[in-house]
Amino acid sequence: MPEGQLCNKNPIQTKEELDALLADKGGKQYYQEMLDLEVDTAKLKASLDKTCKSRMRTWLEICAHCGLCADSCFFYLTNNRDPKQVPAYKIQSTLGHIVRKKGKVDAKHMIMCMDTAWSKCTCCNRCGMYCPYGIDMGVMFSYLRGLCFSQGFVPWEMKIGSGMHRVYQAQMAVTDEDWVDTCEWMCEEYEDDWPCLTIPVDKENADILYLVNAREPMHYPDDIAEAAILFHIAGEDWTVSSTGWDMTSLSMFAGDWESARMQVDKVYEAMERLRPKRMVGTECGHAFRATVTEGPYWAGRKNGQTPVPSFHYVEWAAEALRSGKLKIDPAKKIKEPVTLQDSCNYIRNHGLTESTREIMSYIAEDFREMNPNREHNFCCGGGGGLNGIGRYRKERNIGLKQKRDQILSTGCNLVVTPCHNCFDAVRDLEEVFQVGISWSFLKPLLLKMVEVPEHLQPRE
Amino acid sequence: MYDFLTGPALWLAFIVCGAGLLTRIVWYVYGLNWQLDRVAYTRHPLAGLKGALRSILHWLIPFAARNWRLRPLFTVTFFLFHLGLILVPLFLEGHAVLLEQGWGIAWPTIPMWLADALTLIALATGLAILVRRFALPEVRILTTGSDVLILILAMAPFLTGFLAVQQAPGYQFWLLTHIVTGEILLISIPFTRLSHMIMFFLTRAQIGMDFGIKRGGMKGRGIAW
Ligand code: SF4
Ligand code: SF4
Repeated sequence: MPEGQLCNKNPIQTKEELDALLADKGGKQYYQEMLDLEVDTAKLKASLDKTCKSRMRTWLEICAHCGLCADSCFFYLTNNRDPKQVPAYKIQSTLGHIVRKKGKVDAKHMIMCMDTAWSKCTCCNRCGMYCPYGIDMGVMFSYLRGLCFSQGFVPWEMKIGSGMHRVYQAQMAVTDEDWVDTCEWMCEEYEDDWPCLTIPVDKENADILYLVNAREPMHYPDDIAEAAILFHIAGEDWTVSSTGWDMTSLSMFAGDWESARMQVDKVYEAMERLRPKRMVGTECGHAFRATVTEGPYWAGRKNGQTPVPSFHYVEWAAEALRSGKLKIDPAKKIKEPVTLQDSCNYIRNHGLTESTREIMSYIAEDFREMNPNREHNFCCGGGGGLNGIGRYRKERNIGLKQKRDQILSTGCNLVVTPCHNCFDAVRDLEEVFQVGISWSFLKPLLLKMVEVPEHLQPRE
Repeated sequence: MYDFLTGPALWLAFIVCGAGLLTRIVWYVYGLNWQLDRVAYTRHPLAGLKGALRSILHWLIPFAARNWRLRPLFTVTFFLFHLGLILVPLFLEGHAVLLEQGWGIAWPTIPMWLADALTLIALATGLAILVRRFALPEVRILTTGSDVLILILAMAPFLTGFLAVQQAPGYQFWLLTHIVTGEILLISIPFTRLSHMIMFFLTRAQIGMDFGIKRGGMKGRGIAW
């Protein structure tokens, strides 16, 4: 069975393998090799038999071909209502075909499956809310991604991403040492303005264990400082962990379920070791979904819950504002019209619709909803890993139009994006379409307008 | 012939339909897996039940789900079609008489004019649904031969039954084809997408539990279908 040097069925296990893949800029050789990759049809059939059970099979079979899901998908809407973008069509022609053929498909079909699963679906789960049977293509495409991954048909960046988690237990090659160093560095950086500011590492029995997205130590270290300052102002007893601190999961986007489990195992280990009262995770959607919503199942936790109760940053912020731990200076509230991006991963998939709105009621004078909103909101356009895949840049940029138009019709120039993926998508849509909007996480906004108690103010 | 069709053949049709649907239910529930589906089905019974009921009711009641509200014309067509399909065979006087004669069971009925109206409505809306299948590109691309066949299968007993009731020329023929198509319909339910008469409730309950237990039902106010 021919296997490529870079493109093959084996997941990344070592730093050397990872570096070799990274050296292949843009995945040129990787995608070339994919053309000759053979499908292990026996293995594919075996995994269908083992994992494609009644829920999935019934979904595929019972679909009434009614097309009621068409309008729910932003890819359908932004591609001039191309019938080939109807969710039911996309899944029937890919996973449906594999199931009907009992796994006997060729590489050409698998490459088509890959292109569909990653460039025509962001696993935003919106269609599931519009189908009379509740058929959720997001769930099925995620499953298809797993099949693709196990056969080696996975976008280059996704293979790298899940490999990062396997090698570093964090994305972006951030080691545990890098992480702890960044925390120390940020403390030093900000201690002049914020006397007594600390980022406690590995403190046991704290009230809050704070988890981050590895992009923060890598690209946005100030975000960590901002989180620390806000906890500091709110008087929270909190800590970070030196291991299992990255709650992201490119493995989930890649369909690399083994690596996804390894990642959450690490995070849960940290929870169990430090025994905090609760976990609060940073402003990231997919990371929250991976660690809190899906993770317990990967880790085999039968009650579907994390070892300690877990909260998204927006839940903590809403609570801090409500309880008065954080007080907003009314003069500093956002005056200009501002809108809010609902992240699929913790709105549609975790029900946190009201937390973000509560926050907006404290910080904005002219908050305007997108339409539709809450769990009916559209994906930012870059979810499910799509933002990061070069091969599908064109498809991603077409999909961004939905969010662009949604934002523009609010009449706002500022979009609050409490999710790394949404943040990137809105940033990129500004870059592509130049519509003159700006975007922000919550933390810098809160920090600008929060009242600082006397005893925490810098000494003159 | 008539005696055979309304006797043993009818029995067989009912048994195949009932046993088939029962098998579908058992197979479906047996195939649910908390870890593969990533839903802790049994650990949170109350949240699960609430989620399942909300999910079913929002889609069972016209205009209760957002997607029903977004397309009022289709919604009305769809519900009228199903209303006729369910009420007429269950409560038709002619059917009740058979029950009475066969097993001495007194069965409630709807007035004849209503049955006629519902039948015509079912036929008209069924036709509209068939036309929609080919008129809309997003539905046409999904349409397979079996979709058309199932629709014809479902409407045939209505058309033939209506003609028989109206004493159309060839009454005997229409009556017999009515019984035969009705029995074919019953037998095909468990083996075709017509099984959705029961599977609808199961898949909706499943996704409702998914949202109710895992995707925020225990934290937020529950999904707004
Ligand atoms: S999950 Fe989202 S992106 Fe995927 S098919 Fe459904 S609506 Fe489209
Ligand atoms: S709405 Fe549901 S039943 Fe209708 S075509 Fe889409 S997936 Fe199939």
